[in-house]
Amino acid sequence: MKKIFSYLKPYRFRMIVGFLIKVLATIAELIIPMLLAYVINDIVPQQDVKLILYWGGIMLLFSVLAFLGNVTANRMASKVARNATEQIRYDLFHKIMYLSSKQLEELTTPSLISRATSDTYNLHQMFGMMQRLGVRAPIMLLGGIMLSFALDVTLTLVMVALLPIMTIIVYTISKKGIPMYTNVQEANDRFVRQMREVITGIRVIKALSKVSFEKEKFDAINKEVVTKDQKAGLFMNALNPIMSLLLNLGLVLIIFVGAYRVNNGTLEAATIVAFMSYVTMVLNSILFISRLFVMYSKAYASGKRIANVLEYNEEQCIVPSDEKEMDFIVFDQVSFGYDNETTVENISFSLKKGETLGIIGATGSGKSTLIQLLMRFYDIKKGNIFVNGKNITSYPMNELRSMFGVVFQNDIIFKDSIYENISFGREIPKEQVIEAAKTAQSYEFIMERGLDFPLAIKGANLSGGQKQRLLITRALANNPSILILDDSSSALDYKTDARLRSEIRKHYKNTTTIMVAQRVSSIMNCNKIIVMDEGKMVGYGTHEELLKQCEIYREISHSQIGGEGNE
Amino acid sequence: MNKKGTLLRLGQYLLHYKWFLVLAIVLSGTTNVLSLVGPMLSGFAIDAIGTSKGEVNFNEVIFYCVLMIIVYSLASITAYLLSVLMLYITKNVVYSMRNDVFSRLMTLPVGYFDTNPSGDIISKISYDIDTINTSLSSDFVQILASTITVIGSFFMMIMISPTLVLVFVVTVPMSIFFTKKLTQITRPLFRQRSKKLGELNGSIEEMISGQKTLKAYSQEENTIEKFQKSNIEAVDAYYRADYMGSMVGPTVNIISNISLSLVTMFGAILYLFGKMTLGNISSFVLYSRKFSGPINEAANIMSELQSALAAAERVFRLLDELPEASDKENAIVLNNVDGTVEMKDVSFGYVKEKEIIHHLSFLAPKGKLIAIVGPTGAGKTTLINLLMRFYDVTSGNITVDGNDIRDVTRDSLRKSYAMVLQDTWLFYGTIKENIAYGKEDATMEDIIRVAKAANIHSYIMKLPNGYDTILSDDGTNISKGQKQLITIARAMLLDANMLILDEATSNVDTRTELQIQKAMKTLMEHKTCFIIAHRLSTIKNADLILVVKDGEVIEMGQHNQLLQEKGFYFQLYNSQYQ
Repeated sequence: MKKIFSYLKPYRFRMIVGFLIKVLATIAELIIPMLLAYVINDIVPQQDVKLILYWGGIMLLFSVLAFLGNVTANRMASKVARNATEQIRYDLFHKIMYLSSKQLEELTTPSLISRATSDTYNLHQMFGMMQRLGVRAPIMLLGGIMLSFALDVTLTLVMVALLPIMTIIVYTISKKGIPMYTNVQEANDRFVRQMREVITGIRVIKALSKVSFEKEKFDAINKEVVTKDQKAGLFMNALNPIMSLLLNLGLVLIIFVGAYRVNNGTLEAATIVAFMSYVTMVLNSILFISRLFVMYSKAYASGKRIANVLEYNEEQCIVPSDEKEMDFIVFDQVSFGYDNETTVENISFSLKKGETLGIIGATGSGKSTLIQLLMRFYDIKKGNIFVNGKNITSYPMNELRSMFGVVFQNDIIFKDSIYENISFGREIPKEQVIEAAKTAQSYEFIMERGLDFPLAIKGANLSGGQKQRLLITRALANNPSILILDDSSSALDYKTDARLRSEIRKHYKNTTTIMVAQRVSSIMNCNKIIVMDEGKMVGYGTHEELLKQCEIYREISHSQIGGEGNE
Repeated sequence: MNKKGTLLRLGQYLLHYKWFLVLAIVLSGTTNVLSLVGPMLSGFAIDAIGTSKGEVNFNEVIFYCVLMIIVYSLASITAYLLSVLMLYITKNVVYSMRNDVFSRLMTLPVGYFDTNPSGDIISKISYDIDTINTSLSSDFVQILASTITVIGSFFMMIMISPTLVLVFVVTVPMSIFFTKKLTQITRPLFRQRSKKLGELNGSIEEMISGQKTLKAYSQEENTIEKFQKSNIEAVDAYYRADYMGSMVGPTVNIISNISLSLVTMFGAILYLFGKMTLGNISSFVLYSRKFSGPINEAANIMSELQSALAAAERVFRLLDELPEASDKENAIVLNNVDGTVEMKDVSFGYVKEKEIIHHLSFLAPKGKLIAIVGPTGAGKTTLINLLMRFYDVTSGNITVDGNDIRDVTRDSLRKSYAMVLQDTWLFYGTIKENIAYGKEDATMEDIIRVAKAANIHSYIMKLPNGYDTILSDDGTNISKGQKQLITIARAMLLDANMLILDEATSNVDTRTELQIQKAMKTLMEHKTCFIIAHRLSTIKNADLILVVKDGEVIEMGQHNQLLQEKGFYFQLYNSQYQ
């Protein structure tokens, strides 16, 4: 939470000024009733209408001052809250964008979404409210205590004696309340996750007529969130009645002590009367402060969740290394596993610049993993990967990845224009985009719509094959040194697929291409082919070599192309 | 939607709890009265102390002190009860509102989800409803409870001095005028605030979901920049609403302070002319405080109420989205269909101006395997959308067993198909739950049987938790091909008599695919199947191949027949060996 409050630091000057203005405005407001008492007690008996109007005018003046002060202070507070929230949200999002894939999986996407949205929103509210309401109550508290000290020390001490008890209560309750609100936010994560799932799976849900099932499931998470929120609320809301009860009991105690002292002749009854009004003032302010604490606990829970993400460190470091003379891409005895298991084992291969590599193998054999490793989304456990003679761990991330053009499985299309989805923030000239589109076989349908055509969320207004070709256009648009296509032509018909491959060969001679595919026809012309099976390389060579040497490859090839293909 | 309409609809949610609300008002009244009795008792206690030394009536003092303790304890208890009650109402209002929104979402046509960012939809169902609720219920009771005080105090003031009440003839309309004016100014601002927050949430959701791709293209900085734009827009909208909204409180305060000053001045003057006593002035002031107090309070919550209204508008707009046309009144419930499907002269376009399917006709006899092939973008997936009635045809009709699908219930129509789509969809839950999704009463044996048929059983058994392994959001240890196998297993478990496979095995290696097909064949023996695939090897055995191009069936027939025709299919088929 310290981290969160440090965001307010740059605004401390503004906050202090705002605070002072607010103090003055509050005092001006508190003076008005005093003036009223003065007019009635002292001015009226003088029977002077002018004097009455004069003092009345002063009261009006104070009203105006209080107004101006309050408005100014409130606005300054809003500004501070705005700026601090903006910065927190920025830093949080910045951090999220730079989280490694492993960290992202650890925190989970829905939780990150809810932290960046609802948690930052909670903080925004708290920042504003705290500044706006957090001044008046303490001033009244202080003022009340000071005035009562001036009136009678003993009685004040009776009252002040209650303060430590109250502090302890406020502290314990809000301390217990924070984990409860954390719970609420965690339930909220699950809520967000379920909503996202339903939204993406709406077709399947409807197709399987699972609407009522999903409704029930939603009902459960809905109930969980509100119940947890209610539970936290029930607990925190006890604070107010307990505090007021305590103070009122203090009041009774004061009367009782007062009675003794009046009996002793050390106190006048009239003083008790005056004292009472101050006690009420103190009471009200404490009630207000405890209400602030409720708000604070909620924001604290959110703040901690945000700080938790902000504290994630860059876990992939850059280790400088020497440049060596070797092939363009080299995998040297690479092993890796996501958790404790081993996903790929002892992978070695090398590619010269401009060569093409095909990777084929059964579902789940580790094909995509190889690509994730090459692009350093994960760090390998054993072995080395070199690109252009340098270990990939020695490249700054941006430099490493800027060499690639890549299409993942399930790749994402944003709600933006066709051009923006291809250029993807790299400000690629339109001509170059069009060139890439021609190669990627997307030229026709793109031109039919125009480069500025707005794409729907996840490219919903394109067909499956069009989406894939658009993604390939994106990968090609920047003339990448390395092109990676991870099973990204599966929705293309053979004709288009074949044309796509031959165009890439023709126009991107210097591009080293790695293709993961299920179709032998997609990779049979590659310079090298890797056959993966259960995380291991079971074949490595050209199509012809593999047909001779690799049993699995032969089987795959046979099942697809069969006898007829060789006619 | 106007303000009144929004308020009325909100009121309806509260109305379910009208007795609780009455109870809440009674409780808050009681709390108020009790807290007024307290000071009165303390007055009595002080009276009992007397004024001179040694004359304190301790019995009486203790009596009143004990009474005070009782009264204050009661006040605290009722206050707590009140908050419990309010929480209860709040919780239920939020809960039922969310369920309503969700139910409505479920009835919306799939197109709604293609055009609205999921982050924005989530924003509506979570934050907007939260906002409504934080102010709605508590403010509502507060306003009602304070109305009573306002009326009471006004009455008392008239009793004391009708002349002095004239001051309020000036100030009350003044405060009404300003509040109204400010409300007019702030309303669009709060509306903007909710909208911008929704947009921000929408883009956050999209960007975080695409983090990996963005990183692959080193787009972190550009994305952050884009994000920062929405971020600034959102905080600015918040600030602008706050800027004006935070004026409401002080404005009402100043008006009440002005009226206090005026009361003091005129009261003092009236006293000078002998129209009022000093005691009258002081009680008048006390009541005027009581009078303006709740009005202040009301004005203070005005801005909260404003943001609640803005949020409510968004929620209600979603609730007012047109659902899929409801089933016909006497719609037939399809039961145990034979599976004869016919499309007759069907034309369709997602938007009116652009027709995608033109006058398409074919007959799929029951139990046959129908393959749909054609270049990408030819409208194959659209055909599926029409068969499942995610969209209605523009002209022509589609029949199942001779029934126009518009005459049968959507539910039963969709239930008679098992569908596997290109985009696999799995949810957070165990593998078992994911497979059994379409058939809740499936036994473990059933599940294992289909998993074996879909060739995923051995993979599942290798996982540490087997069928109880939880598929998490970004499950990395599971590839797209494996996801497809799970969804195939899911479809195999269904009792449907018709089957749709839309590129269902596109990411599965061909060896596995062959095995699956074998399993499918036995499983789908008497079922009508529609298959969309690019690997022509998959569809060679189809009973009928429809070659679709530009929304029209250009060739139709069996594999060998089509090859002999040496038409488009022939070209397609040969291209896979190039």
